[in-house]
Amino acid sequence: MSLLDRVRALLGDEAVEVAATPDGVPRVAPASPDAVALLLGTAREEGWRVRIEGAGSWLPADAPADLALTTRRLDKIPAIEPQDLSATAEAGIGCDLLRQQLADRGTWLALDPPGLAGRTVGSIVATATAGPLRQGFGPVRDHLLGVTFVTGDGRLVHSGGRVVKNVAGYDLTRLEAGAFGAFGVIVLVHLRLRALPRADQTLALEGSREDLTQVAEDIAAAGIQPAAHELMSPALARRERWLLAVRFAGSAALVAAEEAGLRAATGGRFAALRADEGHSLWMRAAESFATRPVAFRIGGLPDSSDELLDLLQHQVGDEWISASPAIGAIRWGGDATIDRLKRVRRTLAGLEVPLTLERAPWPVRSAVGHFGAYREGVGPLVAGLRRTFDPGEAFVVAAEAAE
Amino acid sequence: MSRDVASLVDTLAEIVGPGHVRTALPERVTYAKDGLPTHRRVPGVVVLPGSRDEVIAVVRLLGALGMPFVPRGAGTGLSGGALADGDAVLIVLTRLNRILKIDARNRLAVVEPGVVNIRLSAAAAPHGLQYTPDPSSQTACTIGGNVAENAGGPHCLKYGVTATHVLALEVALADGRVVELGSPGGEPWGPDLVGLFVGSEGNFGVATRITVRLLPVARAVRTLLADFTSLRTAGEAVSAVIASGIVPAALEMMDQSCIRAVEDSVYAAGYPRDAAAVLLAELDGGHEVAVAADAETIESVLRAHGARSVRVAADAQERERLWLGRKKAFGAMGRLSRDLVVQDAVVPRSTLPDVLETIARIAAEYGLTVSNVFHAGDGNLHPNISFDGRTPGLRERVEAASAEIMATCIAAGGTITGEHGIGLDKLRYMPLLFDGDSLAAMRAVRRVWDPDERVNPGKVVPVHACREWAGTRNAERGTRNARGNARSDFRVATSGLDT
Ligand SMILES: Cc1cc2nc3c(=O)[nH]c(=O)nc-3n(C[C@H](O)[C@H](O)[C@H](O)COP(=O)(O)OP(=O)(O)OC[C@H]3O[C@@H](n4cnc5c(N)ncnc54)[C@H](O)[C@@H]3O)c2cc1C
Ligand SMILES: Cc1cc2nc3c(=O)[nH]c(=O)nc-3n(C[C@H](O)[C@H](O)[C@H](O)COP(=O)(O)OP(=O)(O)OC[C@H]3O[C@@H](n4cnc5c(N)ncnc54)[C@H](O)[C@@H]3O)c2cc1C
Repeated sequence: MSLLDRVRALLGDEAVEVAATPDGVPRVAPASPDAVALLLGTAREEGWRVRIEGAGSWLPADAPADLALTTRRLDKIPAIEPQDLSATAEAGIGCDLLRQQLADRGTWLALDPPGLAGRTVGSIVATATAGPLRQGFGPVRDHLLGVTFVTGDGRLVHSGGRVVKNVAGYDLTRLEAGAFGAFGVIVLVHLRLRALPRADQTLALEGSREDLTQVAEDIAAAGIQPAAHELMSPALARRERWLLAVRFAGSAALVAAEEAGLRAATGGRFAALRADEGHSLWMRAAESFATRPVAFRIGGLPDSSDELLDLLQHQVGDEWISASPAIGAIRWGGDATIDRLKRVRRTLAGLEVPLTLERAPWPVRSAVGHFGAYREGVGPLVAGLRRTFDPGEAFVVAAEAAE
Repeated sequence: MSRDVASLVDTLAEIVGPGHVRTALPERVTYAKDGLPTHRRVPGVVVLPGSRDEVIAVVRLLGALGMPFVPRGAGTGLSGGALADGDAVLIVLTRLNRILKIDARNRLAVVEPGVVNIRLSAAAAPHGLQYTPDPSSQTACTIGGNVAENAGGPHCLKYGVTATHVLALEVALADGRVVELGSPGGEPWGPDLVGLFVGSEGNFGVATRITVRLLPVARAVRTLLADFTSLRTAGEAVSAVIASGIVPAALEMMDQSCIRAVEDSVYAAGYPRDAAAVLLAELDGGHEVAVAADAETIESVLRAHGARSVRVAADAQERERLWLGRKKAFGAMGRLSRDLVVQDAVVPRSTLPDVLETIARIAAEYGLTVSNVFHAGDGNLHPNISFDGRTPGLRERVEAASAEIMATCIAAGGTITGEHGIGLDKLRYMPLLFDGDSLAAMRAVRRVWDPDERVNPGKVVPVHACREWAGTRNAERGTRNARGNARSDFRVATSGLDT
């Protein structure tokens, strides 16, 4: 019996009735968490190698595998609770659809990850890709109340819950966030929401990187606390020069006060954008990263942000950069060879700055790894966790560089 | 004392100095409890290392001997987490109390695990910064204990619990190997092992160095006290505040029994004694006008949702008095009776009115005094049961009522602990919340850090309820929590004092 016939027998016709993959790997779309567990249990028995896909809306899938498991049929939103500011969503729902449903109920998920608007929620959790709003609302893990995932041998594991505070058991939720699927297929997430901000204002200032870096420091020193505070390269911002964009979100009083504070601290140099201009600035910047073959993020310190930008410029170029100078986080997009990526990771590691490869074609990401240059003792822990969650090595994930 | 024990004690004394190893029973008995009165275990030996290197040397030694051990901070925990049996060594970390670095520019601090929570904020204050997580025990509890429990506090509603503020950790694993997790900027090296370690209740190793984020002290603050004539109305007002879209820095509730206990104590804060409940709400931020405007909005929300009166603290002094009553509420309740069980559970905020009524009904059914003082904005309940443990049969009633309260919270879609942890006390509720595979996954993760389950054995995961996990069999099944492979022949006599 062919693999697809076996899957059909296991999960029904629907599960295999999805668009074929460009590289001919059979694609399966289980419609429930239990079906994912059943499929992976069988994969374990059969020794199938599985790659995990979200919506498949972004890049053609290319990891070598016997089977592509797509979460696209896991697209339900079992609960939105505006009163509790929480929601439960299946992993395959597109972010844009979820966002719309949340907005209809007056709520907001304060995440603006890079990539296309239709990216799946599961992929955002799996890759822990936060965008400029990480300045005001923190990394992806801070938005998660719980997750349900399926291990490589088909076990359904629940962690966390749907309340905003929870210390029952070890926090496997935070472990799943940013594991790139190496510790399981995320099937369901419980999200922490915020009330849709009453006011949302973006202001921008164009200038040289040097000048804007100084302005960014002045803003931080003045105690201004924006929701986003992002330094973008000209190509990313589609401007002549670098752009410093500041976003305030919250009550009308708060936003007005912050805006006044910003003007006072910077001599009134910022221009307020119209709502649609602000929206498209952030959206275009996020989408731009999907147009470049490689993306990575690094996490430095505020006082080293400028130095890190110099280093990137020198080693891999600075055409596509989005940086939050007040927290030291930088995202880089572009094209770079395996050697260059490895070298920049090594240099950064010497400065105590981790580099996480977010996106790259399979040959690059398998050679470089999403992670690498671990600190003392981390490697064995990661290896142990992989054995725990994927004992048969079913998942094709380039967590670490292939040696 | 047997020869083995004597030689262990000698070797420990060589590492930490003879004055820092406690073997006499009366000394060990002082470590037999934490903040919870219902569990008691006398440790075999107590050792108090004075530096990171001494901790590592002690852990290596115990690793080589295959002996179980338990890390302990200030012992203010409320789940029996820091208790050790007679065959285990208790490693007390309070002497590791140095603040190693405050980096104001990058808003971070590096501390040893025994630093008392409030000392860090005091040290950061000259830089206009603070360490935000503020458990009510902050004058005593340690940052290491906070990390292990993922502690919360009133101001975590807006700023997040301990996990949000921990950037990097140095950890001594069970065998004494040292690992470095996270980076000063907060981005992990690979998977988020800092996030996994925080809240692991001392099961993954000993945190020997902790890097935390500091935040600017808010420039503008408004503190409001609203009082209500029914608990239900107060619960409904909480949901209304959350729905307003303004996130208060803190939103705390106290019921009548708690109010009266506070008002009868030296911490009397001027809470209205006849109120069924009060809500203490704090707004903060960088701008006077904005905070004032938000405070006005919240005040009108509270009035519109049944507040009998709303008082706004006129100055810093009044604000401090209002907060002191809240922070010392546990102490004040301690006066109500000989023993106090501080419970901890979380429910979806919208269910607060119903759940509070159910808890009152359970208290009445069991004939117990239950006082509520809690982080209402998070739905994090603390129903506290006052009792006299000497009264025959009363402990059993307290246990039964606690179990019913936990079941109520789970049924409402909540969880069995929001900040105090599982420890020993809540092991038995874990299977109500997690199935056998999910518990087994937790246990398997623990064994990645500590293959013999030797660090703080018998806590957090009820081994008997775990399903088998790739390769790991449950050697023991039964009602008591089995303790993995950790075996120690060593046992120090504790005389009839052992309970
Ligand atoms: C040139 C090229 C480069 C690629 N680079 C990458 C890369 O760097 N990183 C990468 O992850 N994939 C990469 N992929 C493979 C990826 O599988 C597909 O692009 C995916 O089908 C895209 O679907 P999507 O648009 O929904 O993306 P996403 O849904 O954004 O998926 C991105 C990744 O997240 C992970 N993921 C998604 N959903 C879950 C889930 N529910 N549980 C656990 N993990 C999940 C998967 O590993 C998936 O590959 C690449 C593909 C190509 C052709
Ligand atoms: C009056 C009162 C009020 C309280 N209020 C709050 C509150 O508002 N919010 C809240 O969250 N908690 C509160 N608590 C509970 C308690 O203070 C916290 O759990 C605190 O974090 C415990 O710190 P500790 O130093 O006392 O730790 P301990 O009680 O000594 O230990 C707690 C756990 O941490 C482990 N541990 C300690 N140090 C380390 C280390 N360095 N490495 C690894 N593991 C370690 C221990 O093994 C144990 O499992 C309160 C307690 C009391 C008595």
